Amino acid sequence: MRRSILNKTDTPLIVCEHVSCTYGNAPVLHDVYLKINRREFVGIVGPSGSGKTTLLKAIIGSQPVAHGSITIEPQLTIGYVPQVETVDWYFPVTVEEVIVMTRAKTKWWPQITTAERKAVREVLEKLGIADVAHRHIRELSGGQQQRVFLARAMFCQPDILVLDEPTAGVDVRTRHEILHLLADLHEGGLTILLTTHDLNGLAAHLPRLVCFNKTVLADGNPRDVLTSQILEATYGAPMEVLEHGGMPLVIDHGRVAMRGEGK
Amino acid sequence: MIFALDLLEPYGFQFFRNGLVVATIAGALCGLLGVFVILRGMSYIGHGLSHAVFGGAAASAVIKVNYFLGAGIWGIVSGLLIARVARRRVIGADAAIGVVTTASFALGLALMNRYGQASKSIEAVLFGSVLGVKVVDIYAVALVGLLGLVVVVLGYRKLLFSTFDRDVAQVSNVRVSLVEAVLLAMISLTILVTMRVIGTLLISALLVIPAASARMTTNSFSRMLWISPIIGAVTCFVGMNLSYHLDTSASATIILLDALVFVVVYAVAGTRNRAKMASLAHL
Repeated sequence: MRRSILNKTDTPLIVCEHVSCTYGNAPVLHDVYLKINRREFVGIVGPSGSGKTTLLKAIIGSQPVAHGSITIEPQLTIGYVPQVETVDWYFPVTVEEVIVMTRAKTKWWPQITTAERKAVREVLEKLGIADVAHRHIRELSGGQQQRVFLARAMFCQPDILVLDEPTAGVDVRTRHEILHLLADLHEGGLTILLTTHDLNGLAAHLPRLVCFNKTVLADGNPRDVLTSQILEATYGAPMEVLEHGGMPLVIDHGRVAMRGEGK
Repeated sequence: MIFALDLLEPYGFQFFRNGLVVATIAGALCGLLGVFVILRGMSYIGHGLSHAVFGGAAASAVIKVNYFLGAGIWGIVSGLLIARVARRRVIGADAAIGVVTTASFALGLALMNRYGQASKSIEAVLFGSVLGVKVVDIYAVALVGLLGLVVVVLGYRKLLFSTFDRDVAQVSNVRVSLVEAVLLAMISLTILVTMRVIGTLLISALLVIPAASARMTTNSFSRMLWISPIIGAVTCFVGMNLSYHLDTSASATIILLDALVFVVVYAVAGTRNRAKMASLAHL
């Protein structure tokens, strides 16, 4: 049994111990140790193919664990927000239908009830997109699409939100909006775990950051974790970290070199 | 008046009435399940399973075993073989379906060649035959049709969720594997009970074309579940009548009618989209 339930209520929400996953014979995760406590806001950073999404999927239970264990608190409700790139935007569903889907386990009646409509409206209002309920999902902007899937995750009143690359492919303004929205939800008592590629725009603003490449390479405050040595070990490329406005600012040397060549 | 009497002429034959009932219910059933087939990208599975079951039907005819029993067991075995072969990731599910089902189909053909006396019923399975429809076929297709309706109504939310977003459905405690197994079983049962009328070669088209046409008419999943069975049932009903008057194969006429509906919907949907884009051009 790779996943089990914790017995005490004062323990962490999620504990990954010595977790390894493979695709075929290729190791994707190796000996991962990660503990997520209640009301934490944790970001996971790492290069493409480092296993970030696989780790999230192992946590939510859709990826089998080859070795080790993932222990979750009893009755823990997880709200999962997938990468927008993985969504079939041509699928014939409206925003309302997408959000109500999470009730599939408990409700069987095909038609959306009046109470469900009201609940959908409330969650959409909370996320500032109350007017899109009856729109087809393809008719939404990038920011609205992200919010709809956040709304779906929020609809089941989760204890923890797990988001895979919530700011991938969105513009700067939308990224700010999403970051503020997540900060507000965290302020309201929600535990949040996300993955991101965005070191300066998102990761540096989080209270806790995990540098990840098949395993946990560093875990702590961004000020302690975002260092040249750790980032080089994580990304396998030289990176420089400056301080800007009291926050770490990561500069990757590839960009510096290209600018130099241009001159 | 004479024209009206001509139109009613085939209804005087019991075999036609039986065939019409089976074909219409089969059209609605295939249309209903076809929605899931196309939205899940399973068109090839429908195609493959109908070919695989052909081998079972041929074997049943040769060794004189009940068709439903023989072809049904054969279908299940083919499904298990596909799953076993597909586990080798280097091959993949599509190639596994190709290998197992074409081999099964070829076996059916070989049996047909070798044992000529069974060829009549085998041909009926291959091309479909309204003449071959028996009362047991009506009961079988009606029963599976009712079962399909019950499964889709009771499992609507789970089917929708697992079709749209498998991972999150699983996280939300939907038993995705069970949902998929039930859906596959329903598709297999549908193929089994409709094959003798529609025919193996064309049944996969009936699982795809009405649903594809329905998809182009609406952006709503629930409306698709109405429109697709209606297209399936109406084209089967009209196609059966046409086939009698034109003296053409029932299955070929039905599928050609479905293809015609698809072409018309495609053209109309394309014009509508272009008009929509033109109205947005000023923005």
